[in-house]
Amino acid sequence: MARKLSIKDERDEIQVFRSRALIAGAVVTLAILGIIFRLYSLQVSQYEHYTQLSRENYQKRIPIPPVRGEIFDRKGVLLAGNHIEYVLSVVRDEVDDMDFKLDQIRQMMSMSEAEIKKIKKKIRVNNRYQPVIIRKNLTEQEIAIFSSNRPRFAGFEIQLQIERYYPLGAIAGHVLGYVGRIDKKDLERINKEDYKGTSHIGKAGLEKTYEMLLHGKPGYKLVEVDSHGRQKKLLDEKNPVAGKDLYLSLDIALQIKAEQALQELGHNGAVVALDPKTGEVLTMASVPAYDPNLFVNGISHRDYSALRENPDRPLYSRAFQGIYPPGSTIKPMVAIAGLETGVTTPQRSVYGKGYFSVPGNRHRYRCWKKSGHGHIRINRAIYQSCDVYFYDLAYRMGIDRFSTELRKFGFGEKTGIDLPHEKTGLMPTAAWKEKRFKRPWYPGDTVNIGIGQGFWNATPLQLAHAVGIVAVRGKRPRPHLLKGVRESKDKPVEPVSIQLLPPVVLSDDRHWDVAIKGMHHVVQGAGGTARRSGAGAAYQFAGKTGTAQVFGIAQNKSYNASQLKKKLHDHSLFVAFAPLDNPEIALAVIAENAGGGSKVAAPLARKILDAYLLVDSGEEKGKAGPEVSKKQKHKKGKRR
Amino acid sequence: MTENNQILAFLQRLFSDIDYVLFFTVLILTVAGVFTLYSASGEDMRMMQRQSLHLIVAFTVMLAATQLSSKLLQQWAIWIYLGGVLVLILVLLMGTTGKGAQRWLELGFFRFQPSEIMKLGVPLMVARYFADKSLPPRFIDIFWALLIVLVPVLLIAKQPDLGTALLVASAGIFGIYFSGISWKWIIGSLISLTVAAPLLFYYGMHDYQRQRVLTFLDPASDPYGSGYHIIQSTIAIGSGGVDGKGWLKGDQSRLDFLPERHTDFIFAVFGEEFGLTGAILLLLLYLFIIYRGLYLAFNGSDTFSRLLSGSLAMTFFVYLIVNTGMVSGLLPVVGVPLPLVSYGGTSLVTLMAAFGLMMGLRSKRRLY
Repeated sequence: MARKLSIKDERDEIQVFRSRALIAGAVVTLAILGIIFRLYSLQVSQYEHYTQLSRENYQKRIPIPPVRGEIFDRKGVLLAGNHIEYVLSVVRDEVDDMDFKLDQIRQMMSMSEAEIKKIKKKIRVNNRYQPVIIRKNLTEQEIAIFSSNRPRFAGFEIQLQIERYYPLGAIAGHVLGYVGRIDKKDLERINKEDYKGTSHIGKAGLEKTYEMLLHGKPGYKLVEVDSHGRQKKLLDEKNPVAGKDLYLSLDIALQIKAEQALQELGHNGAVVALDPKTGEVLTMASVPAYDPNLFVNGISHRDYSALRENPDRPLYSRAFQGIYPPGSTIKPMVAIAGLETGVTTPQRSVYGKGYFSVPGNRHRYRCWKKSGHGHIRINRAIYQSCDVYFYDLAYRMGIDRFSTELRKFGFGEKTGIDLPHEKTGLMPTAAWKEKRFKRPWYPGDTVNIGIGQGFWNATPLQLAHAVGIVAVRGKRPRPHLLKGVRESKDKPVEPVSIQLLPPVVLSDDRHWDVAIKGMHHVVQGAGGTARRSGAGAAYQFAGKTGTAQVFGIAQNKSYNASQLKKKLHDHSLFVAFAPLDNPEIALAVIAENAGGGSKVAAPLARKILDAYLLVDSGEEKGKAGPEVSKKQKHKKGKRR
Repeated sequence: MTENNQILAFLQRLFSDIDYVLFFTVLILTVAGVFTLYSASGEDMRMMQRQSLHLIVAFTVMLAATQLSSKLLQQWAIWIYLGGVLVLILVLLMGTTGKGAQRWLELGFFRFQPSEIMKLGVPLMVARYFADKSLPPRFIDIFWALLIVLVPVLLIAKQPDLGTALLVASAGIFGIYFSGISWKWIIGSLISLTVAAPLLFYYGMHDYQRQRVLTFLDPASDPYGSGYHIIQSTIAIGSGGVDGKGWLKGDQSRLDFLPERHTDFIFAVFGEEFGLTGAILLLLLYLFIIYRGLYLAFNGSDTFSRLLSGSLAMTFFVYLIVNTGMVSGLLPVVGVPLPLVSYGGTSLVTLMAAFGLMMGLRSKRRLY
């Protein structure tokens, strides 16, 4: 000890310690300044950034989807609605004694033990913070019982679920279309902000066309959440704006009549009826059809392949997507074209010897009447459907003039109806053939076109549109299905303005009379091809039969022999309008492979005209809610 | 003298040994800590009560520690140290695993964390070793002192408990620093540490420790795993701004986004709720405590007292820097609580005992 003590110099040591302590103090000060500098950088320099991150952490915007607008027919019959149901759900994390609570629920709602067992399993496997549905379709009584016991059931909640449904099933299914789950393709074209919280979107038909009107605007709930995603309190809320209700021009009673009539025939086919003055589509039937309800919650693979692989192709609408040779139904329009181009006159007579040949060619184009019509003028050529007269007419007009004139009636172009994927059909020209087949147009091609065969084809909608133009002597309202829009249930229906296409103006107004008289004679004159269908009608009307030859069925090779035979039968067509003086309805009917137009399509058309014009009980036909028809504005320009 | 007078005299002596400056600063800090804890625990009154109980025990221990003389402590030092090393070996052989590391020793009715003792045991032993040596120390003395530090540090690191190992090591090393070791040695070892760090990273660390370092370098690489702590605590601090969101109003802590917010990450709660202003005030309190500790050490009555008090004061500093550096994202995540504020009784008792020792060991004959 003594030795060490002698060596130790305490004063020196204290000096060393003192300098070490001062240096240590300086290091401490610097280090703490470093921390403060770091805090300054976090809390001052990057304050905005971290505040934003914090907000993103704890604030959650929960979208509230809008209720989709409903769709009604012109008389207010619901065609597409929302099935609203209340469901009881539970969040596992918020319930302590789940078994006990579930047992109480079971007694309250008189559910079976087996049901509860299934639900318990569902709850176990589900995310503990996400709601699990215990019971669907709660009755008012069940809601009342639960609500009065609500405080005892923390974690249990009654929720509203909205599902699209189509109460009439397959009726007008092609027109209405359907909604389905939003998929990748939809996401590319929609504004994602508008679809937050929405699971479904219009996929086909009017549901697709008017998606913007039907959808509405979503609202939101801004809630505070904890790190487990549990909602703690409501910070802000905005209610959604429901979608607009649509009132269609469809007369659903007439639609049903048309669909049933087609089904009774046992042939596939279509009926399109419209109001020629306004372009309002009254009926658009296509058989076979499909039930859009199948698609709402994701169609099963089996159902979908059944629809897809069905050789009758129920998924496409024959009314506006089916293209057919128009056959003789277009003879009145061809007659007008002949008169307009000066190729023929009402007085000019042609000798119908049963066939027609192009000069310098021995090929014979046959008339349906082998013996021929003899000397025939344009009027009889229409009502007896003389092919030779129209072969000659078309041949002398030449394809390009012919095409130009017939295009005025809407052939070869879309009518622009408010439905997606409308087919254009084809009104051929020489240039078209050259481009398409790299072969020149032969005069013989024109001959066939004269009776609505050959390269010419059209949709039933185009036919109805064209015959409607004849009915109202050139006026061309664009065919459409949307008649009125209603903002909300407590507001009146606002009519949608009619869009007028450039009218067909003839050099001589009497040319209309030639076509109309000829058509009148078809159904209500001696020797008319459809006089049997016109007999006994309580009103004057006009019509034209058509029989379209079927060719090129190569696409469906799987048909067996007997079916193939049937598929080669002619299509039966008929166009008409009524009443003669003041047309209220123009229509086109096609029954596939049903044979001659006068035998099948014409009687069916008569049924529909009767149904529309001879409404029993004195109720006025074709009127929607009074507001719509009175306020209907006529306006040029684009729809909407 | 009456019995009353005897008690009075005892109390007088007891309280005269308290350094009131340090005492009240620590008291303010602990009270602030308890309120922060109330907020961090989700307004858990029971946790606040338990922590208050810890505080009462800790202050009592502090009071008792003021009465230990330098002579007594020098006698005890070797036994505390050797006993501590023995128990650390026992823990490695039969300890209980908690959070993936063996840290606890079951002693029948309560669990005991022996590494905590070494926070005092190592600086005691280093100070004791240098107490009768001539200073500045010779090379051989430094070697022995480093061995004294290294043995328990390696045992603790093996558990593995990096945070405690770090604190224990710094306690011992600051003892050596205050002994007057030459700057050549200090700078030399700092350089060699820098060189050795990569080697340590690749060969001397557990996977989870390596992961922590990697995550520290880039928290975003693992936002839901180990990076989550750092991301959430920087969000908490940053969103506190200058004035803070207010007591009980920290969204990050209140809504459970901030992990371990009542223990290691409580500084983030404080920063969020009281902002830069509050955090600076808090750091100034700490700074003041460290200054006061160094001042008390400087006033130590002998070499042993000075070395012990100095190294304890600096250990407190390391505590603070490692914790606040980690919580603010400056340093890797190492399990070190915020001294005097984080919830927990053990570290509180050790810290208060250290303060008590520092108070008791200062020279009664005032130098200035």
